[in-house]
Amino acid sequence: MTVDAPTSMSADIGASHAEIGHREAGMPTPLVGMLLFIASEVMFFGGLFAAYFNARAAFPGEWGPPPPAHALEMLPIALPLTLVLVASSFTMQFGVWAIRRGDQRALRNWTAVTLLLGVMFLAGQLYDYSILGFGIGDGVFGTVFYTLTGFHGAHVFGGAVGLTILLARSVQGQFSARNHVAVEAVSMYWHFVDVVWIALFTTLYILG
Amino acid sequence: MATTTLAPRAGTWRQSWVIDWLTTVDHKKIGILYIVNSFLFFFAAGVLALVIRSELMVPGLQFVDEATYNQAFTMHGTIMIFLFVVPVLSGFANYVVPLQLGAPDMAFPRINALSFWLLPLGGILIFSGYLFGGAAAEGWTMYAPLSNARYAEGPGTDLWLIGLTLVGTASILGAVNIIATVFKMRAPGMTLFRMPIFVWTVLATATLILLATPVLTAGLIALFIDRNYGGAFFEPSAGGNPILWQHIFWFFGHPEVYIVILPAMGVVSEILPVFSRKPLFGYRAFVFATIGIMLLSFSVWAHHMFTTGQVFLLFFAFMTALIGVPTGVKMFNWMATLWRGSLEFTTPMLFALGFITMFLIGGISGVMLASPPVDFHLQDTYFVVAHLHYVFFGGSVFGVFAATYFWFPKMTGRRLNERLGKVHFWIHFIGFNLAFFPMHPLGISGMPRRVADYSPDAGFTLWNIVSTVGAFMIAISVLPFLVNLVATLINGERVGDDPWEANTLEWATTSPPPPYNFDRLPPIRSERPVFDLRHKHDAEHMAAERRAPEEGTA
Ligand code: HEM
Repeated sequence: MTVDAPTSMSADIGASHAEIGHREAGMPTPLVGMLLFIASEVMFFGGLFAAYFNARAAFPGEWGPPPPAHALEMLPIALPLTLVLVASSFTMQFGVWAIRRGDQRALRNWTAVTLLLGVMFLAGQLYDYSILGFGIGDGVFGTVFYTLTGFHGAHVFGGAVGLTILLARSVQGQFSARNHVAVEAVSMYWHFVDVVWIALFTTLYILG
Repeated sequence: MATTTLAPRAGTWRQSWVIDWLTTVDHKKIGILYIVNSFLFFFAAGVLALVIRSELMVPGLQFVDEATYNQAFTMHGTIMIFLFVVPVLSGFANYVVPLQLGAPDMAFPRINALSFWLLPLGGILIFSGYLFGGAAAEGWTMYAPLSNARYAEGPGTDLWLIGLTLVGTASILGAVNIIATVFKMRAPGMTLFRMPIFVWTVLATATLILLATPVLTAGLIALFIDRNYGGAFFEPSAGGNPILWQHIFWFFGHPEVYIVILPAMGVVSEILPVFSRKPLFGYRAFVFATIGIMLLSFSVWAHHMFTTGQVFLLFFAFMTALIGVPTGVKMFNWMATLWRGSLEFTTPMLFALGFITMFLIGGISGVMLASPPVDFHLQDTYFVVAHLHYVFFGGSVFGVFAATYFWFPKMTGRRLNERLGKVHFWIHFIGFNLAFFPMHPLGISGMPRRVADYSPDAGFTLWNIVSTVGAFMIAISVLPFLVNLVATLINGERVGDDPWEANTLEWATTSPPPPYNFDRLPPIRSERPVFDLRHKHDAEHMAAERRAPEEGTA
């Protein structure tokens, strides 16, 4: 019977210089950071949604915009805007797939389309605000409506800034099949913003 | 992924050391900035505490009027929690976690710098209310409807909201950084279950920050909208609900108390094994208890709201009792670690033992408050103030001092004077108990918190005098600490890389560590790599002895 010498003790130096540092395996560190950040954003919107449902549950009369403004309607604005934003998630993803193949041109084009759709969404929402006929100070409905859609809009704006940077960098040909972590990160964020809108749309316009 | 180069950045021009500190992205310097900044806020909030205690020493209003008093306890609580305890522990996490993992830096060094610099900015905004007609004065919990635009006039409360939003954002970014560091930056061999307990507790804390703080941010913004844009979140007359604020605040606020206690528990769990010369008893049990606390802490928030009559008492009382269990497990871990150890009563060890005893008292008063009938009687009395100081101050802040004495030699290469350290500890410990123990009987006999005065006939006077004397003792105990810091920095004993003969990786590099931390790493085969390295020869010797008879028979 042999007793093994504790091999762990046999080398003075374990890791050398080159081994200390980022782990190469698994998800790239910036994407881990982006996922964590998105997790915190989920909780942020979770807080606002909780406020919405709390107000709705406790509301004495008919839940909706205060008269004389009329109830929220999907048409002609909200539903098309939803389609625009959902479509932009697809175009974003086409861009990601393109650069994974190394197709810089397609990435550039899809990013431009995505940005355009994002800006359309923002413009449409501002227009919607201008004709809704109630404001943030008009009862608790006005408050939760503008807070939720406003913060979502701010996130779309943040995403649009990210897309603009991506576009500028892709025009300069800075991305390749191996090196495009920024594209992946922005697309994650963009999908997240899209999902929040779907939840918002369902809450405001479908559940009513 | 670019591999981080280990060569120090070669500067083309000589930077002054001020610019160097202002622009640093080195986790060690940022950690020290966090710690220094937090201690400055600690002293500011401590001065406010002395104002409070001076006013309360005897009946009648002697020093400040009611409005000033309200501002004083609000700022005191806010600053102590958001700008002292949370960030000082983040500072130690920043300094120690990459070292303990064998990493050259945090995962995102520049975001790390950003999350530090938001803190002084937020703190100054919160304090600046004093310049604009009075700071926020509605208590650190900022309950609606007290905090609405009618009852809380003036910009003080708005500045509080904005400042706290920045501070919250800072800690969210810090949490992202810590979690990414733990998952992506560990040295080869550093598996999750070989990570030091401090790293585990910081990881759990970062998770809590990541998931709880954004909810507070949402609440802060909602309150800001109510106050400034005619919003109605918490405004019953327009369909809002003031209790919603309490739900939001405590959904964040209860995880928050674990945010400030878990890293302190981690500190203690690093220190006890070193000065007991034993491994931590039940490493895995401790890790699972930490994770248990982390998960349960999201389900107990409404025990702060028993008296609102709007929460399901049985559920929240039960969950609160349940969260006591993993905490109890940790108590047993610590006791068993001490049991039959060869104890060395160094200053960090004294503060760690102080933590255990004081936190135990705070835990017991907490379990009492967890019972709704008892809470109905004690809510908003000094009993709660006693409880929260035993856990925050006796718990977290003792942990902070333990960490300071323990890691100071790593940060500077010099050990704080042990004699002055012990003087600090004992005055601090006795002062602490004089200041806060009397608040238990005061609360039971009904003295309300957040009130500047009390009746001379109420029978509160004697205990209040004792408490104020204790508060001044705490203040005095800071003097030997400060003298010690300055004297040691100028002329302290140089003690080498591993003065405590400790266990974890931060002691494997020089004191202070070089940029990017390690020139070489010892092999990591357990949660005590430095211990293994130190006893390598013993181990080889033992192995050789065991092998010898076999060789003889061969
Ligand atoms: C010198 C040490 C300290 C003294 C003498 C002191 C004293 C006090 C007193 C007397 C009150 C109650 C005021 C009132 O309700 O009218 C109070 C409140 C409070 N203290 Fe301290 N304290 C000290 C340190 C700390 C520390 C280290 C922390 C936290 C880490 C802390 C956190 C709080 C909090 C959160 C409140 C509640 C504030 C509120 O009611 O909004 N204190 N303190």
